[in-house]
Amino acid sequence: MTQLTAVLAVPTQLVHLSSIDIAIVVFYFALVLSIGWYLKGRANTGEDFFMAGREMTAWVAGLSFLSANLGALELMGWAGSAYQYGILATHWYWIGAIPAMLFLALVMMPFYYISKTHSVPGYLKLRFGEPSRALSAVSFAFMTVLMSGVNMFAMAKVMQIVLGWDIHFSIWVSSLTVAIYVTLGGLRSAIFNEVLQFFLIWAGALLIPILGLYEAGGWTHLKVLIAQRASEQYVHLWSTLGSFSNNPMGINWVGIVFGLAAVISMGYWTTDFLVVQRILAAKDIRSAEMAPIIGAGFKMLVPIIVILPGLLGLAVLPEKLVPESIASVTGAHSYNDVLPLMLARYCGPGLLGLGVTALIAGFMSGMAGNVSAFTTVWTYDIYRPLIHRNGSDHHYVNMGRWTTVIGVLISVGTAYLVMQFASIMDYVQALFSFFIAPLFGTVVLGMLWKRASAAGGFWGLLCGTLCSVGMWTWVKVDPSALRYVAMSPHAKGLAQDMYQALWSFIMCVVVTVVVSLATKPMAEVELNGLVYGLTQVPAVGQVPWYEKPVFWAAVVGVVFVALNIIFW
Amino acid sequence: MISIWFFIGISLAVNGALILAAGIYQLISPPANPSVVLFNLHANVWWGALLLVVGLLYSLRFAPKR
Repeated sequence: MTQLTAVLAVPTQLVHLSSIDIAIVVFYFALVLSIGWYLKGRANTGEDFFMAGREMTAWVAGLSFLSANLGALELMGWAGSAYQYGILATHWYWIGAIPAMLFLALVMMPFYYISKTHSVPGYLKLRFGEPSRALSAVSFAFMTVLMSGVNMFAMAKVMQIVLGWDIHFSIWVSSLTVAIYVTLGGLRSAIFNEVLQFFLIWAGALLIPILGLYEAGGWTHLKVLIAQRASEQYVHLWSTLGSFSNNPMGINWVGIVFGLAAVISMGYWTTDFLVVQRILAAKDIRSAEMAPIIGAGFKMLVPIIVILPGLLGLAVLPEKLVPESIASVTGAHSYNDVLPLMLARYCGPGLLGLGVTALIAGFMSGMAGNVSAFTTVWTYDIYRPLIHRNGSDHHYVNMGRWTTVIGVLISVGTAYLVMQFASIMDYVQALFSFFIAPLFGTVVLGMLWKRASAAGGFWGLLCGTLCSVGMWTWVKVDPSALRYVAMSPHAKGLAQDMYQALWSFIMCVVVTVVVSLATKPMAEVELNGLVYGLTQVPAVGQVPWYEKPVFWAAVVGVVFVALNIIFW
Repeated sequence: MISIWFFIGISLAVNGALILAAGIYQLISPPANPSVVLFNLHANVWWGALLLVVGLLYSLRFAPKR
């Protein structure tokens, strides 16, 4: 998230597109609109429009699940982080994602799926009642649409910096395209385009590490070059995490393991409806379990197109990239320019167009994810229970279509607001992070502990969120307070995110447990299908062992451990 | 319903064809001062060809008539 702010200040245009590059970009827009147009007749019922008919295969749901998270700013921001912090940035792709995805697949997905909920707030309604759903749905809908606007502005700014495109043109063309294809085809259209975008991102970005490694003389020689130009610390994943002062990120292993892996990543990948919605569209329970596992398999590969270009930039770029604060004053290139710079370094006519298309595709898939998730939560978790209870299915589909358009327009409005008041961006990003950790605490306790009561769930969620807001405000007012939040005078910004999440999760769990024990438990009959121990978890069917989710989760788990040891 | 994999095949094939065409053009009449490093590898030729082949395979395998 912090990368978003940073992509906003370099005044020079980095690359120039040829006519063939522009043809590739135009073809992309034509294709995504064609897909939306083709699917418009298949989004007539609520199940079709909001849940893609619940007929997605494991592969489609899994790639869409990953693609919704693979935004352009994510690609550029983490490539910049790899340049700045070295291979430590890989933690956000491996331990900061893989265990959570496997946990979602094997532990949580059966409950989401068999409860037939339309959304994560919908599960909270079933488990903890209306107040918890309302708190979660309102905060999610509000923040999702604001984040979409912030991303839109940041991406338009990137297009202005990289390509010299007019910022208003970028905002309106991309947002109207997303609005059209999601309004026409609903979630199915969003998912189809996300899978397409997944392939384009790989096709456009994979050449950079291939040619970069060739130029650097292979991985071994790349490490030597990085040690010469930066530090040997930049190529170790774990061995420098013994203390805050021993690595360029200013974080220790406790923050990575307990803050990032156990709380933030678990919260994001298992309760953020933006990604979970894709899995809920799976056609059966086996596909719903396999989808996150397939996503995890590909997630482990994403550092090849994100982290490796950043590391290669350290080794082969003739200039030294600088922090955004210096770049904005001197006009030099910042860390966040490393991916476009590497793109311009290796990609000639045609390839450059594909690379730019990959960035645009990444942005649009993220925006479509935000808009479709917002539409569903607004319609099913706010409009239907709180405003208009007894509408027909057709009425709610129409509401979904209008909400898509309105959501995009609010996002555009937010983008223009951010254009006027840049500091809003920091606040919106911070607000989004407030809800993730406590929401995970509430949902996981609800699924695993039958004694958790409705009051416990609500107050735990509220107190965890307030705890997060309180710590963020404390550090904002007094930056030296970070030493108390992260428990070290050497802690830096990213450590704050990890420890803030950890404390708010702990607060949520403690309050939920205390309040639950002090209040009346829910009747067991109400919890059937929602809580472990009271639910017959459905089997994945009669399939050979090599088609079972647990087998592939084990394969992904073994590869994940091996990668961490190899790059220790 | 047309498979998503067909759309992906079309996308890769068209992009591959355009990139390959640009690469062949540069192979025939190379620029005096190439704007990219490793120009001698002619990445747009083999990468474009690879995308074209993969795209065609997907398009044929998942063509609507099947």
